[in-house]
Amino acid sequence: MIIRVTVNGTEFVRDVEPRTLLAYFLREHCGLTGTHVGCDSSSCGVCVVAIDGDRAVKSCTMFAVQADGHEITTVEGLAQGAALHPLQQAFWDCHGLQCGYCTPGMLMASYVLLKHHPNPSEPEIREALAGNLCRCTGYQNIITSVQQAAAEMSPQPVEA
Amino acid sequence: MFPAAFDYLPAHSVDEALAALLKHGADARILAGGQSLIPAMRFRLARPTVLVDINPIAGLAYLREENGALLMGAGARDFAVEVAPFIKERYHLIFDAAAVVADPIVRQSGTIVGSLCHNDPAGDWGVVALAARAEVVVRGNAGTRVVPIDDFLIDSFTTAVGEGEMALEARFPTPNERTSGSYQKIERKVGDFATAAAGVQLTLSADGTIAAAGVAIGAAGPTAKRVVEAEKILLGARPSIAVLRAAAAEAKEISDPIADTRGDIEFKREMAGVLVYRGLLATLKRLQQGELH
Repeated sequence: MIIRVTVNGTEFVRDVEPRTLLAYFLREHCGLTGTHVGCDSSSCGVCVVAIDGDRAVKSCTMFAVQADGHEITTVEGLAQGAALHPLQQAFWDCHGLQCGYCTPGMLMASYVLLKHHPNPSEPEIREALAGNLCRCTGYQNIITSVQQAAAEMSPQPVEA
Repeated sequence: MFPAAFDYLPAHSVDEALAALLKHGADARILAGGQSLIPAMRFRLARPTVLVDINPIAGLAYLREENGALLMGAGARDFAVEVAPFIKERYHLIFDAAAVVADPIVRQSGTIVGSLCHNDPAGDWGVVALAARAEVVVRGNAGTRVVPIDDFLIDSFTTAVGEGEMALEARFPTPNERTSGSYQKIERKVGDFATAAAGVQLTLSADGTIAAAGVAIGAAGPTAKRVVEAEKILLGARPSIAVLRAAAAEAKEISDPIADTRGDIEFKREMAGVLVYRGLLATLKRLQQGELH
């Protein structure tokens, strides 16, 4: 089946089997290997991408054909040229990653979280990332990173 | 692992979906959120040869109140329920459950109606639907019928939706001001299946006695089950610790779980009672009942 999927602003027209999962479409058909595959069964969250900007999905649990006509944002779509996205910069600054395997999923889940909640509380961040596993157990710094990015992206108004 | 090959048919209207179901019969399955179906296909526990995707159907993801009920369209996702202010305000049982289904990412795709149709023994929405006395609207070639949830949930992974039919909507009666509820669930970690779960909804009369009671448990048998004897004990009673304990004991009595890595049978049966008790307490607290004796 021929599908047209816009990934990070670029349209990919590809012929895929209906059973092709979105994660494998991104990695093998689009060459975007930033989206990782971990548990491959919807448990670990390393494969999270954003669909149409405001919904996070585990791309191992969605068929590529379902993305036909939709826009997907992957971790490769966060940076603007050489300028890291505030979330990426915050993960760098706050040591929000150790081995890095879970990082794309953490970033994309956080990216969608901040779309819905520009200023999430710490419990809200913890809750939003509850479907993303970090086997280095670096959760504390991941939370701190998201807090920094949120502050960076929507600065509080300065009192006059 | 990849699912077995199938034909993908995106439907753009309910009629189109029904025509596809009629044509392909038992080989076809509806694809809604896909959060249970796709993993099942990946493990080859399900091998439909045709998937009819209802996501492209416009206007199927509604959540609205109409004629004394909350209507959830077949496309309504858990996440939408979780963040809707009117649900948080009035539908306490549903709100509780929406926050603990699977994990927050899965909830952005998974649907309530899809979960009811999947009818996993440890699923959350069957328990909620029983306690809230929901109905499911089922449409087929012969027309539309409204099925009470007790008749809808037939057996593990089996519902009243017949060949060539699809579930269009779930209907939850709108609670009045003296109605509240609670969903209680034990899980080993976020996203795991429930070790035990209970849903409770109570309506109090003006004199403080219980005018209506819904009690159900999950992960306690082939499908979510209503605790009829607990409802009988509660109905007409004045809430007290003794009444709550008696109702909870009935949940333990009918709980019929399987032993697995989440716990043995005795533990899970005990938890069915404990969770019903906690659910009743939480409900009465929400109804601003004072200290119980």
